[in-house]
Amino acid sequence: MSTQAVHVEAHEHRDDIRSRMGMWLFLFSELLLFGGLFLMYSVYRFMHQHDFSIASKEMNTFFGTMNTVILLTSSLTMALSITAIKRGSRKLSIFFQLVTILFGITFMVNKFIEWSAEFRKGNFPGSAILLNKPPGQILYFGLYYSMVGLHGIHVLVGMGLIAFMTRLTIKGIINKDDYVKLETAGLYWHLVDIIWIFLFPLFYLIT
Amino acid sequence: MEKNKAHEEHGYGMYILVWLALVTLTGLTATVAGINFGKLSIAVALLIAVIKSYLVLTEFMHLKSEQKSFKVFVFVALLFICISFTLLFTDYSFYVR
Repeated sequence: MSTQAVHVEAHEHRDDIRSRMGMWLFLFSELLLFGGLFLMYSVYRFMHQHDFSIASKEMNTFFGTMNTVILLTSSLTMALSITAIKRGSRKLSIFFQLVTILFGITFMVNKFIEWSAEFRKGNFPGSAILLNKPPGQILYFGLYYSMVGLHGIHVLVGMGLIAFMTRLTIKGIINKDDYVKLETAGLYWHLVDIIWIFLFPLFYLIT
Repeated sequence: MEKNKAHEEHGYGMYILVWLALVTLTGLTATVAGINFGKLSIAVALLIAVIKSYLVLTEFMHLKSEQKSFKVFVFVALLFICISFTLLFTDYSFYVR
């Protein structure tokens, strides 16, 4: 009986709208973090248009497009997992969450293959081959590694977050009536997706 | 506790439609990049990225069904990003000859 009383009280203090607002406020700070980097990118690209175009030819557009589709699909499965839990299908929700994490892993493996290929070509920060290139191309690769790298860290954090939510769903803490934690984790994951939506054309598709 | 469930029902089908639109737009942006529009290329690429982000924000992130305050907050945040870009390039144009 006493546990039930505690349970009821916990419910009374719940405010899902404010929880989501909290996550949105955090996302705005993320927007500033990446916004600053995009500002830097835009000025350097404006200064070195030709070099940026040549350097971006080194990118593997196929991998870039595949990674975009993978991340978009992971956003879909994340959204589906929330609908599933709302409708009370816990197992389906857990399945979608695990698929989301799997897509995240695939994204990172692709990134690993891509970066390894660049490193073999000598296009890594501080390498003699890269330092002999024009300043614009050095800047391009500097921005590429820092921005895509920071995004990659966000993907890793997002995967950790979703894995934690899966644990909570299995435990029943996230359930049909209380799924705001899963929703906020989803918001973070979708923001990571949006950032990639901009990174992809800006680094891979320069004509 | 109904106030915590301000959301409308988001169906599986709607999400799959949004996802199809997003993948199509990705295909479009990759294809269009092969065509040389000159200075317009970057504008087309960014326009497609903005449309995709709009879809993710409104549908996947449920902004469409959130309270008005959420929409105002997001608008203000994006407005400040736009102001930053405008000020930066205004400033920059005075330094470079």
